Amino acid sequence: MYPSSIDTSERSVGEDGLPNFPMRRCPFAPPAEYAEIRKKPGLSKVRMPDGAWAWIVTRHNEVKQVLGDNRFSTVPSTPNYPMIAPARASLLRNEHPATLIRMDPPEHTKHRRMFSREFMVKTVEAMKPYLNDLVDRLLDEMEAKGGSCDFAEVFALALPTTVISNMLGVPYEDQEYFHERALQKLDLKADPEVPLRAGREMREYLDGLITRKLEAAEPADDLITRMLHNYMLPGHITRAEALATAELLLMGGHETTANMIALGCLSLLLHPDQKDALVADPSLVVGAVEEMLRFHTIVHYNGPRVALEDVEVGGTLIRKGDGVLALISAANRDPAAFDDPDRFDIRRKALHHVAFSFGSHQCLGQALARAELQIVFSKLFQRFPNLKLAVPVEELEFRYDAFVYGIEKLPVTW
Amino acid sequence: MKITVDMDKCIGAGLCVVAAPQVFAQNDDDGLVIVLNENPPADQHEAVREAARLCPALVIHLQDDND
Ligand code: HEM
Ligand code: SF4
Repeated sequence: MYPSSIDTSERSVGEDGLPNFPMRRCPFAPPAEYAEIRKKPGLSKVRMPDGAWAWIVTRHNEVKQVLGDNRFSTVPSTPNYPMIAPARASLLRNEHPATLIRMDPPEHTKHRRMFSREFMVKTVEAMKPYLNDLVDRLLDEMEAKGGSCDFAEVFALALPTTVISNMLGVPYEDQEYFHERALQKLDLKADPEVPLRAGREMREYLDGLITRKLEAAEPADDLITRMLHNYMLPGHITRAEALATAELLLMGGHETTANMIALGCLSLLLHPDQKDALVADPSLVVGAVEEMLRFHTIVHYNGPRVALEDVEVGGTLIRKGDGVLALISAANRDPAAFDDPDRFDIRRKALHHVAFSFGSHQCLGQALARAELQIVFSKLFQRFPNLKLAVPVEELEFRYDAFVYGIEKLPVTW
Repeated sequence: MKITVDMDKCIGAGLCVVAAPQVFAQNDDDGLVIVLNENPPADQHEAVREAARLCPALVIHLQDDND
């Protein structure tokens, strides 16, 4: 029925009988193989594109166990760290200096705490009036397009890009430059040189920005300026670390949320009864957002880990040094954790999903992402009650081969 | 019910505040958890259990008594 994806089909099972990873997924579901693997006792092994093997973890409780256990490292230079694609390996092996997302405790804890106050629930609460106004303004701009537009670009990308640019103190005019490079960095099919160059160019740009911020007569009221004054100038982090972190926040802050807004909108368009229920009862929005996060689990290949010690998981002994894929996209479709998991249902209780991961690396920006999504989906269909897909769903193009799953364009009419 | 928190592991994700805002808050400096009431009343127990279950860093520990 739907176009399907990533070209591992010709090598779905390797010569040694181990299934190859990644596996072919559908637009609205992770690979069917995950459900098969989940039914087998213990853990299974898969073959990575570079020939290495890794354990694959698919059950909700076991994925949480691995991600919540600091004896599993997230440092990509650790031997056997599962590499999803050559482009990813090239990027991760050459990222210097590392940012907090690829550090283990206690280093991770130290770096993460520098930024947690910027993203805490209270900080995000204080941003809500701004977010409300911004969403209204972007909906006005959408309306001004006449009667149709590409929702993905006009709205879904514009909102989180504006928010994170504003928070970090990055000029919004430069968003195209970032977005283009962000997509290159996340493209799993790219020539391995491409994501590396894209990262370098982002950091060169940010380097100039940092210089301007340091030279400003009055320190600006933005996250990057605070980072420079509170952590870089006193010597807690180097300039290269400050740059890399700014890049991480810029990437993490817009690519993910943009894809989630577009896919969330699509899911509601495809389930008009649920969309109508949401319009009639706005209090459903909180659950609707958790269900979108669970159902799509856009960071679909998360998370690769390496065991630093022997650890037993689900009756299987993972040996020190083994590679592990604790797949949040599989955990979020585990029938033991979610009834009828392949059904999109905004009324289910889905808060225990792991779309933001679990453990010490669970998304730093989750309160912000939730606030953006909740505001969007409490306003969008109120403003555009007749919003519809402008093309048959079969014609939509999905980002199968991106580290963050999403949709290329979402043409809509109203 | 008695709440203890393992501050060394807290990453300031704030899920505890979402689940049980009357019992947990986040410190202004670094976003780390603050327990507002170590012995929460019975009508908060459900919310506190949810907070402990959701906390990604397994920071929140509960001791149940039969009150
Ligand atoms: C719907 C939107 C989002 C989703 C689905 C999402 C998902 C995730 C996931 C799965 C991780 C774990 C990565 C890992 O373990 O390697 C993560 C980490 C992270 N996210 Fe998000 N994210 C979203 C929005 C945001 C936003 C708005 C920001 C704001 C800057 C952000 C910043 C980060 C950062 C900095 C980390 C690293 C945290 C750490 O390693 O301690 N994310 N996110
Ligand atoms: S949910 Fe856990 S990690 Fe997050 S702030 Fe609360 S105690 Fe800390």
